[in-house]
Amino acid sequence: MKSSVIVFPGSNCDRDIAVALEKMQFKNKMVWHKDTSLPKSDLIVIPGGFSYGDYLRSGAIAGKSLIIDEVVKAANSGCLILGICNGFQILTETGLLKGTLLRNKNLKFINKDVNIKVINNSTKFSNKYKKDEILKINIAHNEGNYFTNSNHLDELKKENLIAFKYCDEKGNINEETNPNGSLENIAGIYNQKKNILGMMPHPERMVDEIISNKDGINLFSSLLN
Amino acid sequence: MKITNEIVEKHGLNLDEFNKIKKILKREPNLLELGIFSAMWNEHCSYKSSRIHLKKLPTKGKQVIQGPGENAGVIDIGDDDAIVFKIESHNHPSYIEPYQGAATGVGGILRDVFTMGARPIALLNSIHFGEPKHPKTKSLLNGVVSGIGGYGNCIGIPTVAGETKFDETYNENILVNAMAVGHAKKNKIFYSKAKGLNKSVVYVGSKTGRDGIHGASMASAEFDENSEEKKPTVQVGDPFTEKLLMEACLELMKDNSIISIQDMGAAGLTSSSVEMASKGSLGIELDLEKVPCREENMTPYEMMLSESQERMLIILEDGKDKAAKKIFEKWDLDFVIIGKTTDTNNLTLKYNDSIQGEIPIDALASKAPIYDRKWIRKKPQKDKVNIKELKKIKIEDALIKILSNPNHSNKSWITNQYDQMVMCDTAQKSGSDAAIIRIHNKDKAIAVSVDSSANYCKSFPLTGGKQIVCENWRNLISVGAKPLAITNCLNFGNPENKEIMGEFAECLEGIKEACEFLDYPVVSGNVSFYNGTNKKNISPTPVIGGVGLIKKLSKPISHNFEHNNSTILVIGKTFGHLEQSVLLKEIYSINKGMPPEVNLRNEKNNGECLLKLINKNLILSSHDISTGGLIVSLAEMSIGSNTGIKIHKPKGLTNSINYFFGEDQARYIIEIKTVDLSKVDKILKDNNVFYENIGMTQSDFFEIEDELKINIKDLYKINNEWYNNY
Repeated sequence: MKSSVIVFPGSNCDRDIAVALEKMQFKNKMVWHKDTSLPKSDLIVIPGGFSYGDYLRSGAIAGKSLIIDEVVKAANSGCLILGICNGFQILTETGLLKGTLLRNKNLKFINKDVNIKVINNSTKFSNKYKKDEILKINIAHNEGNYFTNSNHLDELKKENLIAFKYCDEKGNINEETNPNGSLENIAGIYNQKKNILGMMPHPERMVDEIISNKDGINLFSSLLN
Repeated sequence: MKITNEIVEKHGLNLDEFNKIKKILKREPNLLELGIFSAMWNEHCSYKSSRIHLKKLPTKGKQVIQGPGENAGVIDIGDDDAIVFKIESHNHPSYIEPYQGAATGVGGILRDVFTMGARPIALLNSIHFGEPKHPKTKSLLNGVVSGIGGYGNCIGIPTVAGETKFDETYNENILVNAMAVGHAKKNKIFYSKAKGLNKSVVYVGSKTGRDGIHGASMASAEFDENSEEKKPTVQVGDPFTEKLLMEACLELMKDNSIISIQDMGAAGLTSSSVEMASKGSLGIELDLEKVPCREENMTPYEMMLSESQERMLIILEDGKDKAAKKIFEKWDLDFVIIGKTTDTNNLTLKYNDSIQGEIPIDALASKAPIYDRKWIRKKPQKDKVNIKELKKIKIEDALIKILSNPNHSNKSWITNQYDQMVMCDTAQKSGSDAAIIRIHNKDKAIAVSVDSSANYCKSFPLTGGKQIVCENWRNLISVGAKPLAITNCLNFGNPENKEIMGEFAECLEGIKEACEFLDYPVVSGNVSFYNGTNKKNISPTPVIGGVGLIKKLSKPISHNFEHNNSTILVIGKTFGHLEQSVLLKEIYSINKGMPPEVNLRNEKNNGECLLKLINKNLILSSHDISTGGLIVSLAEMSIGSNTGIKIHKPKGLTNSINYFFGEDQARYIIEIKTVDLSKVDKILKDNNVFYENIGMTQSDFFEIEDELKINIKDLYKINNEWYNNY
């Protein structure tokens, strides 16, 4: 499977995701933000970091960069797109995903391992996970507080577009297990066609037992399935 | 403009120094030249009070590639790998403007590391605040922590370890020390020494603004009630630009374009150009009208003294400028040739072809004043404390009080604000004795830790200096790393006061003795004097940052207990030394007597033996015993793992308080599989290491026979409340 990782000035999880993809046997290429064409790819990843320093608003400037037009074209023709952390923020800025990511409820950057529950396990991104499986995945963000309007929230629920929700190790989803104030503990969502996934937690940080755990691996192996 | 005495004084120079300048120049300096002397001769840049003492530190060893004197120290970790690291203070700016002060502290130390060709792989910090009840402490804590996080998180280097302490001594003068660690190829280290005539001097990075003018001079004076007015001299950080600068520099470093490179830190363009020329015994000529400026009508004086961040000076090989420029343009950064190397041995400053200033380089560097300031030795404080004469306290109550105080409370409120995982090589995050960072794509790892013990250093600096090196060494040992070398950040009060100068000289003697004995050389560092306000000096606070090597990382050793029913041993002898302990300070507000004695032979023997046990896979978890003594260290191991313990007291113990809270050195707690006891016993005995078998791990309860039994969940709660309620 061929993947491309888009590199913006200020991206800082680009190497991490590339390492994870290569470990999982993806044929990966890095794509510079000033490029105007994409290599042929089955998966495009928009990595975490602080694209353009998060100036103006997280993801706002990256959402208007040269390469993004190509990403939008690819997305509309069904290419798989994964946006992690700042990548998720960028996807909401481009309109490929609806809703927005507000500042964390405690107004502080949060880095810790949190539990998330797999809500939909029947997509290209999640088919190797069990339904309701509880994963422990690292989050690291200042703006991860997902918000959307009630129509869209209904749509997310009705069409099973919620990918993951924050929970505790037993799977309880409530205010106490919500690290950043996200609406209904949402940690990641799909678009309607389910070819685009945006998520705040970092699966690429969870592919190596010495460093953390292997809870992120099945996301990549799902894609290869 | 006539240079009056008042102008001289405003530049932080005294009249003797001014006369020396006139003698060197054989004329009166103009304002630009005076500013440059002031920037180079201040304490922060010239080390004029500390240099004769620093010279005594051991800086060599077969692990050392580059000792002090460069942007950072470099050590060998085997194969073709080198580790580049340094610690630096940003105390004064952080007190005035905590967010930007701390952020630019991180930015500055990162530049020191990537300037040498290393990709930064870890950040650490040591931060000291005043008492929590002091009206400024809360906002300083908030600002500093978010500043450190804001910079490191954005640039994408994990902040993996540190220490945070509160003490009255820092009420008016906080300490913010930042350490950066990078990885380089041994044969690809870049230095600041200029070579060759007529080589292009290139300015890269951010534009120059009016921020930070005279920042280094500010850091070389005490605070007074007008310190707030110094806000404009605090620089503003832009981690995004630094990220671009770092990537651009590392990209350029892939080939052989760079002759020498130096970041523009304290005293900006002045110190970087002088340093490069001085090391190369050359002159340097700058055309200041070419300097990229952020603001209009900036004068040569402002350009030379600005401390705008995220800038570098590079001397390029002939014919490499086009390719180099392309790289910086790719990253949207300025790249301007602003001068050349010369054979005049002068710093020559031109503006539109007219010479604005000309100073011999050696006058700014090697001929800068050096002072052998008066100092006096501290007399040993012979006071002893007999706990039996004090009000009786229950062990349980004392433990709870210590675990719930800000210095011993769990610091995740702080560390959760730092990205500790980015780069995906953090094998052990902050919270244990040392953080462990894997070398990318390799099996090996380094361990890193920063430590300080100001109250020990205050009560008897010679012992304090030794102790802090040992504690740092132990912290690396207990995660299974062989300690290799240190960097130090020496935070002291006013060096013109002979007692303070004595604290400095004696702490350094202690550091020297311990470093020599442990083969633990100093490869980089920084001195910060004048930490005080209105004649009130801080306690001497040398901070040690150590790096150790784990040759093959299989499973990181943490201080959290692994299992129930394993055996707990204490390595090293417990004498029950209570003077200068946390117990006396917290419970009785007694602050007298000597710090615990440091026996370097025992330190080395105990530590090396523990390392053997770890390398033989006989250790499940391990923790050095430091402030708070045995019981606090046990509690930390329990709380972190939600595992209880059952401890039996040694037979014939007459004073439990001394035993459990004494702060004797050279001790570790280790957890081993009970079946391994005889193997471990043999190795310890064969190596003449004293140990005690004190009990076992168990589920749920933290228990000491006949003394206390506390549910671990309660202990966890006690230890995790302070920050959330502050």
